[in-house]
Amino acid sequence: MHLSHEEFLQSVSGFLGMFYLALGLMNGVAAYYLWQLAEAQHHHAPTAEHPQDSHLGNKSFGCLFLAVVFSIMSPLAFSGSATMMAPISLPQFMVDGVNYLFAGSLGPVLYSTLSVGLLAVLFLGRRFFVRPVVAWIVWNCMLVLLAVCMTNPNFASIVMKPDNVPIVAMVYLLAFFTWLATAQAVKNDDRAKDGLPPLEKLDDEKILVWPDLVYTELICMVAITAVLILWAVVLKAPLEEPADAAKTPNPSKAPWYFLGLQEMLVYYDPWFAGVVAPLVIVGGLMAIPYLDFNKLGNGYYTIDQRKFAYVTFQFGFLVLWVTFIILGTFLRGPNWNFFGPFEQWDVHKVVPLNNVDLSEFFWVQWLGMPKPKAPPDVGAGAALGFAIWRELPGILLLLGYFTLLPPILATTVFRKFFQKMGLIRFMILASLLLLMALFPIKMVLRWSFNLKYIIALPEYLANF
Amino acid sequence: MPSLSEHIKNSQIWKSIFRHPMPVDRRNRIVVVLTNFFLHLHPVSVKKQGIALSYTWCMGGVTFFLFLVEAVTGVLLMFYYRPTLEWAFKDILELRDVSSMGILREIHRWGAHAMVITVWLHMYRVFLTGSYKPPREFNWVVGVILLLLTLLLSFTGYLLPWDQLAIWAISVGSNMAKAHPFLGSAGPGSSLLSVGGINLITSASDARYGLLGARFVGEETLNRFYILHCIAIPLAVSLLLAIHFWRVRKDGGISGPL
Ligand code: HEM
Repeated sequence: MHLSHEEFLQSVSGFLGMFYLALGLMNGVAAYYLWQLAEAQHHHAPTAEHPQDSHLGNKSFGCLFLAVVFSIMSPLAFSGSATMMAPISLPQFMVDGVNYLFAGSLGPVLYSTLSVGLLAVLFLGRRFFVRPVVAWIVWNCMLVLLAVCMTNPNFASIVMKPDNVPIVAMVYLLAFFTWLATAQAVKNDDRAKDGLPPLEKLDDEKILVWPDLVYTELICMVAITAVLILWAVVLKAPLEEPADAAKTPNPSKAPWYFLGLQEMLVYYDPWFAGVVAPLVIVGGLMAIPYLDFNKLGNGYYTIDQRKFAYVTFQFGFLVLWVTFIILGTFLRGPNWNFFGPFEQWDVHKVVPLNNVDLSEFFWVQWLGMPKPKAPPDVGAGAALGFAIWRELPGILLLLGYFTLLPPILATTVFRKFFQKMGLIRFMILASLLLLMALFPIKMVLRWSFNLKYIIALPEYLANF
Repeated sequence: MPSLSEHIKNSQIWKSIFRHPMPVDRRNRIVVVLTNFFLHLHPVSVKKQGIALSYTWCMGGVTFFLFLVEAVTGVLLMFYYRPTLEWAFKDILELRDVSSMGILREIHRWGAHAMVITVWLHMYRVFLTGSYKPPREFNWVVGVILLLLTLLLSFTGYLLPWDQLAIWAISVGSNMAKAHPFLGSAGPGSSLLSVGGINLITSASDARYGLLGARFVGEETLNRFYILHCIAIPLAVSLLLAIHFWRVRKDGGISGPL
């Protein structure tokens, strides 16, 4: 199925037209809402909950302006003609630039670094980014970015795969809810500085479940039903060729929610990435309430009062889980090679693999001697001995990592933790943290030194 | 003359179902929650903060609702689907081509994706409000199991259409079990489990075989996943949900600042 550029634009124009229309509507509603607020301000004295905001009129006007702009873009998109759509298309230099950046083997490095950097900036600058005006502009930009990228056929073909659509939705939902939570956390943290209780405390009064809760639930159910029906009408569930065990698709991907783990297979063997890691994730999640001894932040949004727990969780969830699902879904193509967002998935793309085991580094490159090797026809025990001797650098490194680091941490940065938690709980926390850290550590080692295995014991299927 | 609606509301049938007048005053708004089976999940009154959308995002509720949607559409789909190599794919194809206006399968599939996302968002909110802290530690643990079961529900269902997408996604996923330390035939330490030089862990006896019922994704797997997907996991989820909701109440209702 090969479409010309014109045909491709035709095929996405309906969606884009509706999308811009929705954006226009969204801004129109916001403008109307803000205008109503401004009107109300004339008649009511400001309260603690609704402080005076003299810029409401301007904000309303800003939204109105955006609404008009999007309403003009909508018919441009609906036209489906290349000339009309030029102003809302992805410029070629951007495509070339991004393709250039992500070409070669630097793709995963760049993607991971940029994602972590972006999240770090958002976190550190959260006081700025949660401000409604800023958040609204960022939100609009995010949506426009999606729409503009959709005019690139390679981007569109991956994003529009029916099973990938929910992941796009998830990214935007996560952005929205992270903003919602952070905005409240920032407010509560500011209030705490002034000695005030969290906002949640203000709504302490008891109200009846009928009608308040029951009606909210009813409205939620109706809304979800409407969304589901709309989604089901617009997007057909995928059905490919009948199953054929002889025809392996390339790439073969697990269901999308496991793609973060599949991405980890690049760095670790299946026994670790596919079995041990999931078990540790589940166990670690269950352990959270028993490891987090901080009594603050129970039942309200806050960041400052539980910074360590917050950052650790976000690192695990947003970085290690979500970012790598996105990578695995949208940017991994045939042979699990990395492809930029606007790059064509080419089955023949060759990425040189020249990864080296730590034992190779140690014996051959540093000591300048061949790796120790068991002489032929020795017993199984001796062969194991030789293998361990060969891999000793990696084994010692890993042993040291898990045995030396916890006491060092317990006496330095985590001293308070250790005192409060006791030996066993602290050791569990430290092990979980160290296990989690293994993922970024191995990635960085791979990217910077082409390190393949820290411990390479292929004869025992125990590579690490 | 009493109006028709009054006539109905005064009938013996109506009164046998609803044991009190319409919930328009305080007394009856309390009674309705106490006497109605579906509403008795709830307490009679809650703190205003605990049900604020900005606080809970209603995500647990939405997840539960999606589970119900999946149960209903799933039962309907079962009428049209036979889990055998001969019929599985054809039945789904038929569902698409013969009743082309139907959106049953679409609702079920998108609902499943949505449920995975909303469980994550629910967990996210519970974490960000610190609601796993005492006394709600155990309910968080129940929640983690529910999260796992939700993923497994989705995973087992993914196989049922028996198309290329299905079997290869499940093959990739279940191949991991082959690498299970000690218990997988390609996992580290599997050769240690041997009796008299004969390996106990082979591709016909390892963890993956246990999961698939065969050495590769085949008819046994389809049957196995069908039963897991339609009966075993939904039952387990239902039980855990009952515990989950019970504990929300017993742990003092939705969390809030102390
Ligand atoms: C099938 C999946 C699940 C369903 C249907 C479900 C449903 C619910 C509902 C309806 C509530 C009431 C409050 C709310 O709506 O937020 C709730 C509360 C709670 N859930 Fe879940 N849940 C599920 C999974 C989880 C998961 C994955 C976790 C955590 C790992 C979790 C932990 C909790 C906790 C700790 C509470 C009490 C929160 C509070 O009091 O603020 N649940 N759940």
